[in-house]
Amino acid sequence: MDFGFRISPSSAINLDKVNLEKFEELHRIEPDVYKCMACGSCSSTCPANRYSGMSIRKVILALQRGKEKEAVAMMRNCMLCGKCTMVCPRGINTRHLILSICRIYEEDVK
Amino acid sequence: MIYQGKQKIWADYQKEIPDNHWFYVRSCIRQNFFPGAERMFMEISRNLLGKDIFETENHTTCGGIAYHCDTIPQETVMTIVARQFALMTEAGYENYVASCITSFGNYIEILETWKEFPELETRIRELLWKACKREFNKPKYVAHASDLIYKYRNEIAARAKYRLVDRHTGEPLRAVEHIGCHYAKMFPSRGIGGAEYPYVLCGMIESWGGNVIDYPERRHCCGYGFRQYHVKANRGYSISNTYKKFESMEPYHPDFILTNCPGCPYFMDRWQYVIAETEGKTYGENGYGIPVLTYEELASLVLGYNPWDIGLQLHQVAVEPLLDKLGIEYDPKEKYKGLNEKELMRPELPGVLRCC
Repeated sequence: MDFGFRISPSSAINLDKVNLEKFEELHRIEPDVYKCMACGSCSSTCPANRYSGMSIRKVILALQRGKEKEAVAMMRNCMLCGKCTMVCPRGINTRHLILSICRIYEEDVK
Repeated sequence: MIYQGKQKIWADYQKEIPDNHWFYVRSCIRQNFFPGAERMFMEISRNLLGKDIFETENHTTCGGIAYHCDTIPQETVMTIVARQFALMTEAGYENYVASCITSFGNYIEILETWKEFPELETRIRELLWKACKREFNKPKYVAHASDLIYKYRNEIAARAKYRLVDRHTGEPLRAVEHIGCHYAKMFPSRGIGGAEYPYVLCGMIESWGGNVIDYPERRHCCGYGFRQYHVKANRGYSISNTYKKFESMEPYHPDFILTNCPGCPYFMDRWQYVIAETEGKTYGENGYGIPVLTYEELASLVLGYNPWDIGLQLHQVAVEPLLDKLGIEYDPKEKYKGLNEKELMRPELPGVLRCC
């Protein structure tokens, strides 16, 4: 029966089953990835955000939750303009971080 | 239920409840959903226990639904509430008891706001005078109706005809208690037992012989959530919440769910039908659902009132399996008979959820 609404699929993530090897590798190269406090300054200044939904904040969160495909798809919209690096209150070199993510998750990017 | 830790919390969050002389305000929606509940509150507290409970036909909504749906400003709600307090003052009462959890939360929130911002109280007094030439005293004590039944629980247990025990096995019935979000989540000190594990319904179940069961999503919202339901586009959130709760309680095989909020019993009852139709899943035994009762209905059942006189035929989930477990006698032919033997309309039976 169609009621015009339905039960949403569960968004729960079992972190015990998520393979975080690549994220640990990223952390070795870019220790600053743990400095992010998810303030969203990067997303609000990103010129690609409004049109494509690109958000480095969301990318970091998605990678920590094992949602690599979702993160990589978002990364494709980055123009490497560097505005996010300029505004980051924690001084994270986000542009460099994005390049490292592209390198580590290379096979998925292809 | 694991008692370790909870008893300390319960001891910390106890409140004094005056025994008598209450000004009672009904809920907007409970009388449509489960009309027997409020009637039985009056019947038990006023007629059976002989308490002084006063109500007036001049009482209106508290404005809580509109307030929590963000459709009216807080000053409007405050003026509506000030008028209710004026009715109480005019009737000569000082203790205020609300049937609705959201109203209860609303009254507490407003009184706390006035304590922090006295200038706002002054403004509301002016607005009330301009609107309807009324004045009010603030209530000395605000309680929820379940607080009163909790207070009278041992008196009810002493007069009980039935205990919450499965007559086939002799084991206590397994009960899930669900507290309305606005009871103590906003002001934990105003709820019996605090916000995390309120004791108000646990106390009733224990006094009447049942066994309360813990489950992971015990404090999760029922899914009503005002805007989640009232905006049709958001109703998926509402039912997803309820679904999450039922999935969480399913492994513990509860015999019934006890609630103290207007919305919770309605949504946990009706959504079981929708879940059955959309997912093909039922949570009770043999294709039935889990009966959801209000505390007044449960009190009435243990006191031996006729299940059809307290409005249990208005539940979507069939209550007959629970009545059989309790050993309560009922006549199935009388289920859809109203006052003076008037034949009520019979609902169409659902396709998946088994009903009697």
